[in-house]
Amino acid sequence: MSVDATTVRRIAHLARIAVSEDEVAPLQGELNAILAFVEQLGAVDVTGVEPMTSVTPMAMKKRADAVTDGAKADAIVANAPETEDHYFLVPKVVE
Amino acid sequence: MTAAVNPKKLIKGGLHDWEVVIGMEIHAQVTSRSKLFSGASTEFGGEPNDHVSLVDAAMPGMLPVINEACVAQAVRTGLGLKAQINHRSVFDRKNYFYPDLPQGYQISQFKDPIVGEGEVLVDLPDGESITVGIERLHLEQDAGKSLHDQNPTQSFVDLNRSGVALMEIVSRPDLRSSEEARAYVTKLRTILRYLGTCDGDMEKGSLRADVNVSVRRVGDPLGTRCEIKNVNSIRFIGQAIETEARRQIAIIEDGGTISQETRLFDPGKGETRSMRSKEEAHDYRYFPDPDLLPLEFDQAYVDALAAGLPELPDAKKARFIASYGLSPYDAGVLIAERASADYFEAVAKGRDGKAAANWVINELFGRLNKEGHSIETSPVSADQLGAIVDLIGEGVISGKIAKDLFEIVWSEGGDPRQIVDARGLKQVTDTGAIEAAVDEIIARNPEKVAQAREKPTLLGWFVGQTMKATGGKANPAAVNALLKAKLGIE
Repeated sequence: MSVDATTVRRIAHLARIAVSEDEVAPLQGELNAILAFVEQLGAVDVTGVEPMTSVTPMAMKKRADAVTDGAKADAIVANAPETEDHYFLVPKVVE
Repeated sequence: MTAAVNPKKLIKGGLHDWEVVIGMEIHAQVTSRSKLFSGASTEFGGEPNDHVSLVDAAMPGMLPVINEACVAQAVRTGLGLKAQINHRSVFDRKNYFYPDLPQGYQISQFKDPIVGEGEVLVDLPDGESITVGIERLHLEQDAGKSLHDQNPTQSFVDLNRSGVALMEIVSRPDLRSSEEARAYVTKLRTILRYLGTCDGDMEKGSLRADVNVSVRRVGDPLGTRCEIKNVNSIRFIGQAIETEARRQIAIIEDGGTISQETRLFDPGKGETRSMRSKEEAHDYRYFPDPDLLPLEFDQAYVDALAAGLPELPDAKKARFIASYGLSPYDAGVLIAERASADYFEAVAKGRDGKAAANWVINELFGRLNKEGHSIETSPVSADQLGAIVDLIGEGVISGKIAKDLFEIVWSEGGDPRQIVDARGLKQVTDTGAIEAAVDEIIARNPEKVAQAREKPTLLGWFVGQTMKATGGKANPAAVNALLKAKLGIE
């Protein structure tokens, strides 16, 4: 598997990372090198092996349905560049 | 659905008849106190960002921990949809950028949902019923809310909804008209409300629909579909489908083709329009969420939840028809809301089921609708209405007086039996008293008496006069019999 220049531009856009035209070719090379490296894993035969989700057998941890958090709007917006009445303010986004 | 094409459901274009094909994704907010992966409150409203934990705001290092009640609600819903329950399901990240999605991804279930295939039986107004296939149900997080009208250059973001548990219920493309689509959502909402897994409050956004619409000539393969996002009322769902189907038909009949896209329904303008910005966002790059282990449970867990399910709408309807002798239509009206069904059963207990149904549906529901009351806030209790039904059954009051009595109980309250005694509303069955009234009317109207012998339908006029003379309290059967005898009408 390898990526072309168009794919590099598209995934950069999807990840909202600004990539200049000069950077596309080097990035394409780097990404393809990584993909080639990962592709070596394809050499291992994993037929019939369940994907491992945890090193030790564990059940998913669950919470009881109780309100134990919240009521900290000051802390929630503390790092926001701009706020008003505890709302986050962002550049206008309209459909 | 395998039913043959119903010509009545086709839409007439300029050139051909078209079949509309509809599938729906319903987003139903899970009824729970706290969010899917955090301990913040799910309560509607609240001050901006007040029902938000650091998990919901996606602060670095925060980890999601699942709310076990939301899992149980999803399983219960799956059981209510007669669906396959998957003992192992997986949470995935659905990646996209939007200001009200602080994580940059929504935790959802993609490949392995908690609930698989099921079905919903949908009754249509004409008495026909259809079975709509359910493809899957999965658990996911809701996003926050953006307000765009507070400021000319900025949007305001409130994360109170962020992380609230949703069930996305995906139907198969089994619906063939806007009417079927509306009936499907109505039925699904009823099931969810019976189960108590979603309150179904569309005004508060607890139930939203994404509607997939395509059109085709009868017998053709499926056409290209468009997805209408976030329709938030059952009426708008119907309007959006009609509008979108006609838009597509016009394009195809003009020689054009439909491009698959996401559209928005504008009820004010009565049109759907393209949401271009959503198009590229469809590349969601799903992958399993490394913060969450697979969700696993055994059959005993499912069985325990199944044992705790309430009687569901279909079963209740069948029982109402079988035990109370109701028509399928009346039974359908009564079971639409659990509270209405409970009220009816309280009235019908130990009484004639049909009479109870008539009073609940025709008098009570009619009056509640007119005054904007719900069954829960009905001024007439089930006991009071039951007493009125008893009084009619015992022949103490006539049907007409019963309506007056209902009005008195509605506006003044009180025990119907005492009201009947205190205000002298008892039906006059004493033939002597009725006969006196009848004789007087006959004596005063000799010309009508003569006419009535020629034209027996005039009997109705005499009945009316007699009822008037007796203040509506005369037993109508006795009045009829007496008049017939005295006027010589068969």
